[in-house]
Amino acid sequence: MSDHPAHLVILPVLAPFVAAVLLLALRDLPMAARRWIATLSVLVQIAIAVALLMTVAGGEILVYRLGDWPAPWGIVLVADRLAAWLMLTTTLLALFAVIYAGDGTDRQGRHFHVLFQMQLFGIAMAFLTGDLFNLFVAFEILLIASYGLLLHGGGPARVRGGLHYVILNLIGSTLFLFAAGLIYASLGTLNMADIARQAATVAPENLGLARAGGLLLFAVFALKAALLPLFLWLPGAYANTTAPVAALFAIMTKVGAYALLRADTLLFGPDSGALAGLYEAWRLPLALATLAAGMIGALAAPNLARMAAWLVIASVGLLLTAFSADTAGIAAGLYYLPHSTFAAALLFLLAEAFKRRRPVSADFFRSERDMPRHALWGGLFFFAAVAATGLPPLSGFLAKFMILRAASDAPAIIWVAILLAALVGTVALARAGSALFFSTRTVESLPPGAPALLVDQHPGEAADPPTGPRELTAILGLVGLILALTLAAGPAANFADTIALQLSAPELYIHAVLGGSEE
Amino acid sequence: MSRWRDEKASIFGDNSEMNLFLAVLMPFLGAVLVALASRRGRAFAAWCTGGVALLSLFLLLPAMAASFDGTTTIQRLTWIPAAGLDLAFRLDGLGLLFALLILGIGLLVILYAHYYLSAEDSLGRLYAYLLLFMGSMLGVVLSENLIQLLIFWELTSLSSFLLIAYWRKREAARRGARLALTITGAGGLALLAGFLLLGEMVGSYDLSVVLASGDIIRAHPLYVPTLVLILLGAFTKSAQFPFHFWLPHAMAAPTPVSAYLHSATMVKAGVFLLARLFPALSGTPEWTWLVGGVGVATLLVGAVVALFKHDLKGLLAYSTISHLGLITALFGIGTPLAAVAGVFHIINHAIFKAGLFMAAGIIDHECGTRDMRRINGMWHYMPHTAVLAMVASAAMAGVPLLNGFLSKEMFFAEAHAAAADWRVGIFLPAAVTVAGIFAVAYSLRFIHDVFFNGEPIDLPKTPHEPPRWMKVPVEIIVVLCVLVGIFPAQTVEPLLAVAASAVLQGPLPEHNLALWHGFNPALWMSVIALIGGVLLYLGRKPLFVLHDRLSGRLDARAIYEHGLRTIIDFARRVLMRLEAIGLQHQAAVLILAALILGSAGMLGAASPLTGSRSLLPVDGVSLLAVLTLIGATLAVTVLHRQRLTALIIVGAVGLIVALAFIKFSAPDLALTQLSVEVVTIVLLLLALYFLPPETPAESSKSRRWRDGTLAVLAGGGAAALAWAVLTRPANSIAGWFLDNSVTGGGGTNVVNVILVDFRGFDTFGEITVLAIAALGIFALLENLRLIAPRRDVAGRRWDSDVHPLIMATFARLLLPLALLVSVFIFVRGHNLPGGGFIAGLITAIALIMQYLANGVTWTHARLPAHTHPWIAAGLVIALLTGVASWLFGRPFLTSAFGHPSLPLIGELPLASAMAFDLGVYLVVVGATLLILINLGMAHSVSHEDEHAKEGPWKP
Repeated sequence: MSDHPAHLVILPVLAPFVAAVLLLALRDLPMAARRWIATLSVLVQIAIAVALLMTVAGGEILVYRLGDWPAPWGIVLVADRLAAWLMLTTTLLALFAVIYAGDGTDRQGRHFHVLFQMQLFGIAMAFLTGDLFNLFVAFEILLIASYGLLLHGGGPARVRGGLHYVILNLIGSTLFLFAAGLIYASLGTLNMADIARQAATVAPENLGLARAGGLLLFAVFALKAALLPLFLWLPGAYANTTAPVAALFAIMTKVGAYALLRADTLLFGPDSGALAGLYEAWRLPLALATLAAGMIGALAAPNLARMAAWLVIASVGLLLTAFSADTAGIAAGLYYLPHSTFAAALLFLLAEAFKRRRPVSADFFRSERDMPRHALWGGLFFFAAVAATGLPPLSGFLAKFMILRAASDAPAIIWVAILLAALVGTVALARAGSALFFSTRTVESLPPGAPALLVDQHPGEAADPPTGPRELTAILGLVGLILALTLAAGPAANFADTIALQLSAPELYIHAVLGGSEE
Repeated sequence: MSRWRDEKASIFGDNSEMNLFLAVLMPFLGAVLVALASRRGRAFAAWCTGGVALLSLFLLLPAMAASFDGTTTIQRLTWIPAAGLDLAFRLDGLGLLFALLILGIGLLVILYAHYYLSAEDSLGRLYAYLLLFMGSMLGVVLSENLIQLLIFWELTSLSSFLLIAYWRKREAARRGARLALTITGAGGLALLAGFLLLGEMVGSYDLSVVLASGDIIRAHPLYVPTLVLILLGAFTKSAQFPFHFWLPHAMAAPTPVSAYLHSATMVKAGVFLLARLFPALSGTPEWTWLVGGVGVATLLVGAVVALFKHDLKGLLAYSTISHLGLITALFGIGTPLAAVAGVFHIINHAIFKAGLFMAAGIIDHECGTRDMRRINGMWHYMPHTAVLAMVASAAMAGVPLLNGFLSKEMFFAEAHAAAADWRVGIFLPAAVTVAGIFAVAYSLRFIHDVFFNGEPIDLPKTPHEPPRWMKVPVEIIVVLCVLVGIFPAQTVEPLLAVAASAVLQGPLPEHNLALWHGFNPALWMSVIALIGGVLLYLGRKPLFVLHDRLSGRLDARAIYEHGLRTIIDFARRVLMRLEAIGLQHQAAVLILAALILGSAGMLGAASPLTGSRSLLPVDGVSLLAVLTLIGATLAVTVLHRQRLTALIIVGAVGLIVALAFIKFSAPDLALTQLSVEVVTIVLLLLALYFLPPETPAESSKSRRWRDGTLAVLAGGGAAALAWAVLTRPANSIAGWFLDNSVTGGGGTNVVNVILVDFRGFDTFGEITVLAIAALGIFALLENLRLIAPRRDVAGRRWDSDVHPLIMATFARLLLPLALLVSVFIFVRGHNLPGGGFIAGLITAIALIMQYLANGVTWTHARLPAHTHPWIAAGLVIALLTGVASWLFGRPFLTSAFGHPSLPLIGELPLASAMAFDLGVYLVVVGATLLILINLGMAHSVSHEDEHAKEGPWKP
């Protein structure tokens, strides 16, 4: 029916899996060889993502029937524009995370690259699956791989942050099962397209169960997305883990946001009868509150990694605010999504770079002597700060502009919140940069009371000498991605528009998966 | 609109189509170039920087020449058409004027800065930042698209931030930079909102459209909010009262920066915007009152405060604020003639104030201080500079024969004329005259205090004339002041005319640039201002005393900083609270959220809780099992602090669940549940060993009540949902699986066929989860040093007989049997209860038994401790089974089955899914063993010291 390779849709899922198994089987190879395998694998994944994106760009929705079983009985993978867009974002991010990890992070514990590829496997599965229970499985893979990655390198702060993360998410998994069970009980299916179709004709006596299931799903996705009030697991986990892991995890909250968006547009989309718009009452208030909480955290954060973690929370708030503003808002949000992901990753990597170069204060906002190549790092931080706060001229501003534009008919509170958040972000990052780069001293002594703040840091790393070219390659790569997103804002925004358009017509998805057959 | 020119039709041909864009881009590229070139010496950097500015100017020349004919050049590059945001540049008279100011004064400042900065300061960095600013500012004045204008607008704020903080080690510089960025940044955000609203009103962000749609805009219900938002942007940028306070603190920047950004150009961006949007927004009472009112207030506040500043640059900063207020007031008055005067004063102020700042910089440079109480009598030390500074400050005071006089006179005239229409009577002329008096007084103070007034007091340096070329920029400026002042019609008139007509977007009003207009009210106001200013200066002593007494009462920055500190403190307190929230509280929040959402879902629909299905009769066994289950669950909750006991009861819970599976005809699940139970118990026992046997009660009573209530509600909710589900008739896709299991999947055990075939991909994922978990735990344990207790709860030493003889013997005997059972379970799996998962668990348990019974050393000699290859092999098999179907042109994991007949064994049901199941089996065995063995090895390490001598039991 089309000229794409027959198995293109499953390749994004299988490629990292193959790499992971290969890395596991060849775990005795020298680290350099394993790094090459890992990096090459990500490059292949990028190529696959590009191919997928080009294939679906025209509007075709590819459906892959696993085991050749027809939907809704078998599991299907579905590649639409949204999934392809997110796959490309993920793989590009992963490339620079894996390059950075080659700078020594991957030596701090076992199986880093295996877990990393498994994480990508899970993310790909989450974005591509068209089956609710399979999404649960993808979440399990994500959770367990991310837990392993979070703890990579060890240390009490990581174990503590990781524990909160894993326990809360296990509760979340249980809730997911409840939700899936309720939806199956009330709608009789787990295939996402079929859920949407069944929802349109749900019997009144089953409506309550379906609604309860749908809203429990909201809780699960909100937890994944780190939406207020289910966001407290994030700062401790992200700020204490290794830099490349934190960078990769910039996409993790977006998996939750993706699931919310998918549920919102497909499961409980406009054609879903009594279940249409199930999330409407909850999404916007929580998104705005999350945005506010994230900015408060960023303003108060004592160090850069933690600030970056809070900015991740704020960006989810902004993203879901955008998703609340109709098709144009979804388009703007989808342009914002890769930007915020790359910007957050950049901040995490920079935080680590500063930690390595500021032996006493690490990435805490206190003065220390100039770093080696101070101007370079200062420039990079300035760039990252402009990107993260959404100041002109980078893609963050363009995204903010598009979101505001999309929300011009929505309640004014959205504008106020977004603009205030931008102001707070500017103040916070100006203070941070001012402390890290302007206010430097020649003395190396520690001000009184400082060690208390430094307890959670891992003293082993601070002494590490600045390392090879991978660190800078990864950082410049993310800078390049943000620049590309800025310069190519026209095509990118256009594509985001077409994604939103496709999402606004869920019947296309349903028809692609289930065909014309009426159940 | 006929005068607008499509660039395609330009007389300059196609090659100039992008020249506006390039002119703006050039300084940005130049910034990078200069940053790199600065290593090759200061002079080289200066030449490069100047060259970049000249190049930009050159690129603009064609469009500039065209603008004198009244032609507006507009050039476009597509960027984000979907969002109405294109790179669109526009050069008309107003753009021309500002571009000339930016590049002209920029060139002078570049020359000046070369001499101003000391050898230890990086000139390259300053030049790079200055070029960043130059490009941004050019972008502001040459933008056709409003959003693009805003982008450059914010870039000027960012480059200003970098420039103010140039001397980054100075606290004042850092604070000043942040303050400026915050205030102008906030204004920029308001401006963005304003522009967005404007775009919504007229359907385009193009200035051409906006300027032509004044009537639509003014009649729009959102006119007032739009106006206020845009004015917030303009006022913050142009340091209008009450947002003026950032400007004096920006004086921490090097003086060339102050001359360039904070007097001549950047702060003019606000008034530029007023001029630019004049046709679109002006002409309403709201405009007049807001713009005029703020302008006059700023004019007065700036002029009054300037007089009392002892800091040279502080005086000039407040004077700048006052003059910006003057220009704002002129646009606020709103008549065409006032707008012309406003444009004229923009030119004049930019010129004389840049000169004054440079002169102040020379004095600072030579004296080492800027305190006017100490800098006195400079006439003797630097007469040349003194003359230049005096001429420029006379222009600032509005003395005849100088440019400042002309525009000020026009201002007085406009204020007088407006008084009648404005219904403010004498107030407006009086206010501007008072401001004029103060302007004369502070200009006089600048001249008198610095150049006369006795001898200098305690200067760090002995002043003398600066280098020749440092004065050249000031000289050029002073010449301009005089030329414009005496021959306005011959010098500035053409530029003013074209700029003003671009502001008005229409015909220019009758105006006459001349020195002498006869005895009119404006002249009298000028005379009053001059005489009053001299008198005020003479009688300044008591005023200074009064000022000293009042100063510090109302410091806007102190208010701002207090506010910011309050906010940050608040944020810190919130953060501390948030980050201190423990795991239990977070879990409680999550469960509460689920409870609320679930209830909202259920209660939001009118569905009944109980479904239509008729209930089955309750039999005694089931009732007993359920009661046991409830009892056991309660017991776990109550006894959870005694971990071992709790664990045993948890085992009981698992067993009852297994029984329930059997009761509901799910033997597969029961088998799985049983084997999982066994593995879990072993795992937990291994883990519990490292934990204290009892948990102290930590929760307060109130918390226990809270948690208890929550648990009961959540459990009740779950039960209610289960009830609702179970009482409803099953109406799902399940029937299809039953129908297709044999025909489609080749197996009669539907559960297994679902697991390995219909939903094999789920299983594929789940075995991966198991594998990842094993690897993760392996990695975690490797880094872990666990400290194990040597004694149990009762204080007894752990039994030293770790490998009892009988157990060891039986375990070894059982091993082959257990393995046989697992093979049996595996093979029958596709048709009867069993399968790879269960078989894997049975194998793992059998092997674990060997460890338990015989010890690690004995078992290690016979079994690998690292079962990574098993896991890898399992995953590979699963993968290959899936991929194999590609060979047959089928999707991943498509199964095939057949019933080949083998000799001896007979017909054997075989399905490709069984290969997949083998993968499952291997992963389960490998992962389970990896976890348990490594946790167990942590044990043997932990009590190695006690048992090392004994060794394992040997037969």
